[in-house]
Amino acid sequence: MAITRRELITTIAKAGATGAVAVTAAAQPLRAETETVSIPSAAVGLLYDATICIGCKACVAACAEANGETPDTRGDGLHQAPSDLNDLTRNIIKLYKPTDGSPASFVKRQCMHCLDPACAAGCPFQALHKDPESGIVYWTADKCIGCRYCTITCPYHVPRFQWVGYNPRVTKCELCSHRLAQGLKPGCTSVCPTGAVIFGPRTVLLMEAKHRISQNPGRYFKDKVYGETDNGGTQSLYLARVPFEDLGLPELGQESVPARTLRWQRRFYQYFALPALLYAGLVQVIRKSVKGHVEEAHEREKETGLRAQL
Amino acid sequence: MANSVKPEITVQSHLEAAGVSRRDFLRLCSVLVATAPAGLALTKTGSAAEVAAKIAAARRPSVIWLHFQDCTGCTETLLRTSAPDAAHLILDIISLDYHETLMAASGEQAEAALRQAIADNAGKYVLVVEGAIPTRDDGVYMQLAGRPAVQVVKEAAGKAAAIIAIGSCASWGGVPSSDPNPTGAVGVDTVISGKPIVNLPGCPPNPYNLLAVVLEYVTMNRLPELDDLRRPIFAYERVIHENCPRRAHFDAGRFAHSFGDEGHRKGWCLYKLGCKGPVTHAACSTRHFNETPGVWPIGIGAPCLGCTEKNVVWSMGTAETVPIHLATPPDTYPPIYSSAGKIKTGAAVLVGAIAGAVGSASWVASQRFRSSEEAGAERIAMDRAHAFKDAAAARIEAAEWKKEEVTTEKAEAAERKKED
Repeated sequence: MAITRRELITTIAKAGATGAVAVTAAAQPLRAETETVSIPSAAVGLLYDATICIGCKACVAACAEANGETPDTRGDGLHQAPSDLNDLTRNIIKLYKPTDGSPASFVKRQCMHCLDPACAAGCPFQALHKDPESGIVYWTADKCIGCRYCTITCPYHVPRFQWVGYNPRVTKCELCSHRLAQGLKPGCTSVCPTGAVIFGPRTVLLMEAKHRISQNPGRYFKDKVYGETDNGGTQSLYLARVPFEDLGLPELGQESVPARTLRWQRRFYQYFALPALLYAGLVQVIRKSVKGHVEEAHEREKETGLRAQL
Repeated sequence: MANSVKPEITVQSHLEAAGVSRRDFLRLCSVLVATAPAGLALTKTGSAAEVAAKIAAARRPSVIWLHFQDCTGCTETLLRTSAPDAAHLILDIISLDYHETLMAASGEQAEAALRQAIADNAGKYVLVVEGAIPTRDDGVYMQLAGRPAVQVVKEAAGKAAAIIAIGSCASWGGVPSSDPNPTGAVGVDTVISGKPIVNLPGCPPNPYNLLAVVLEYVTMNRLPELDDLRRPIFAYERVIHENCPRRAHFDAGRFAHSFGDEGHRKGWCLYKLGCKGPVTHAACSTRHFNETPGVWPIGIGAPCLGCTEKNVVWSMGTAETVPIHLATPPDTYPPIYSSAGKIKTGAAVLVGAIAGAVGSASWVASQRFRSSEEAGAERIAMDRAHAFKDAAAARIEAAEWKKEEVTTEKAEAAERKKED
C-alpha cells in the first residue's frame, strides 16, 4: 500500500506526541514551589535607614564623583537634579511626602544587588552577572548587545539604558567595586553625614538592622527589614518608618522574580501537556482545512474531468 | 619712615616701643588665624596666643613696596580698614621701608630712600609689587626717575628675598592688560624669573592675605603652598560659590533676575545677574573686607566680577553667566514615582477620539477588503469559466482524437483481416 505525504506526517506527529508525553512523565518531578536562593559567600551590601536620612544628597554628588560621571545637569543646567535614576545617575535620593500630613520620608534608590537578580536572568548574554563571592551585580560592556531586557526585567527599575551616543551603556550601581578594591568604602557611604547608609557584609548589616529594630520599638514599619527575604533577598537592605511600597519598593513576596517566572514556565511544560494540547489543536485545524481542499479538488475533477492538482 | 628701623628689631620690641597693647596684637593674630585656618605653617598649630608668640619673637620684616601701572587700590584696602588701629598695627608689625604712597619724601629724596632701603636689607627684604609692568616699546610707557618700570622692578627684585605681587595687575596684568593692552602690560612673574614669587590677585585682594604671606615667610622662613598660578592655597583654593552666603538660594533656585527686583531686595542668588562666583577662586565669601561682616561685592548685592581670574574679569561680559563646573544637587527632591501621573479628562477624550477614528477607518477599510475579496472570487470564477471552456475544447479534441483513433484501429483491423 502506498503511503501519501499526509499520512506520513500524521503518523509522525502522533508518534511524536505520544513519545513526548511519555518522556516528560518519566522525567524528574518539578522542584519545590519556592526556589531556594543561595547567598554568596562574602555578600556585601548597603543598609539604608530612611529614619536617619536627612536628605542632604551628599551621596548623590559623591556617587557621581566616585564613578567618574559628570553630574546630570540636564534639568536646569545649574544643578545635579535628575528626576530618577538614569544613565548618569546610579544613586538618587527621593522624597515621599503624603498630602494628608502623615510622616514624610526620604528614600535612597540604587541597585538592590538581589540574591537572585532578575536583570541577570533576563540578560541573554550574561552581560549582567552576579559575582559569586561578593554578590555584586556587574554589567560587562563587551557582552552587552543593547537589548535592554535588563531594564524591563528588573522589578526595581534600576538598570538604565543610555539613550544617547553610538555605543550606549547600561548604568547601575556596582557598589563602587573599584573603590572596594582600593580598600575604600562606596562613595555614598563614605560621605553620609548621619550614617543613614552604611556598607558592610550582608550578615552584619542584617544584624545591625535587627538590633536597631529591637532598640527602637515602634519606630520602623512593621519592624521589617526590606530585602531580608523580599524578592528572594537583596544585598541592599532598607529600614523605614513608612510603608516600603510608598517608597517605591514593591511588595514582591519571598520568591524572587526569576524563580517565579521559572516556576510558571515549568508549569506550562508540565508533562508536556500544554504543548501537546496546542499541537493537537493545530493538527485538527490543518486536517479540517486540508479536507475542505481535497473535497473541492474532487469536485473540480468531476467538473473538468482533469486530475486536480493540490 | 624709610630707614629709621633696623632689621634686627623684633616685632615684640617694636610693638612695645610703639605702645601697641597686647590685646590689639592678639586680636590681629586671631584674625590671622581665622584668615588662614589651614595652608600656612604659621597658623596651623593652635591658638592666637601661640601665633602671637611666634610673630613677636620674629625679626621685623623689611618690606619694600613698589607701584607701577596701578590705581593704588591695593594700598587703599590696606589703609582703609574700618578700625584705624588695624592698619597701624599691620604697619607696626612689618617694617615698610619704602612705599611711595605713604612716605613723606619725594623726588631725589625718595629715590635715595629706595636705594638706601635696598642696600640696607639686601637679600632679606620682601618686595611687594603693586600694578602691572608695561613692556611694549622697551617699556617706555612708564618711567620712574627716568628709568623704565621694567628696569626698576628688575633692580629691586634682584636683591629681594621673595616677591609678592599684590593685586590682579601685578599678578597677571589686570586692568592695564585688558584688550587691546596698548602698553603691553604684564604681571611680575612674566618679567622676573629665578625668585620666589607669590601672586595675590584680586581687585583689591584682602590685605590679610598679604600679611599672612609676609609673616609666614618671616616666622617660618618659607612661602605658603602655592597653586599652579602661584596663588597661595590657603586663600585661593576654593571658588567663591562654594562658601557663598547666598548659596542656599542658588540651591533652592531662588534668583534675582534684575537689579532691584523682589529677589534682589530679598538677597537671593545673583548668578543670573552675571555673578562669576562659580568660577572665581578667592576667599572673599569667607573673609570680608574692612573687618566688617558683609562688606564684599556679593554681600552688598553686586554680582562677583571674578576679579582674581585672568580669563574672567576683563574677558567676559558683566551680565554673562558662567558655567557651573561642579554641579551639585539642588534642595528639591524628585518624587518616588516620577514617571507616573494622573490621566486628565482632556487626554482621555483625545485618546478616545483617536482610537475611535482609527477604529472607524479600519472598519471602512475592512469593507473595502471584503469587496476586493469578492472581486477575487469573481476572478476565480472567471478563471474557472476559462478552464471549463478549455475543458470543453479539450473534450471535443479528445473526442475527435478518439474518433480518429477508432477509425485508425478499424482500418488496421480491416487490414489485418485482409492479410489473414
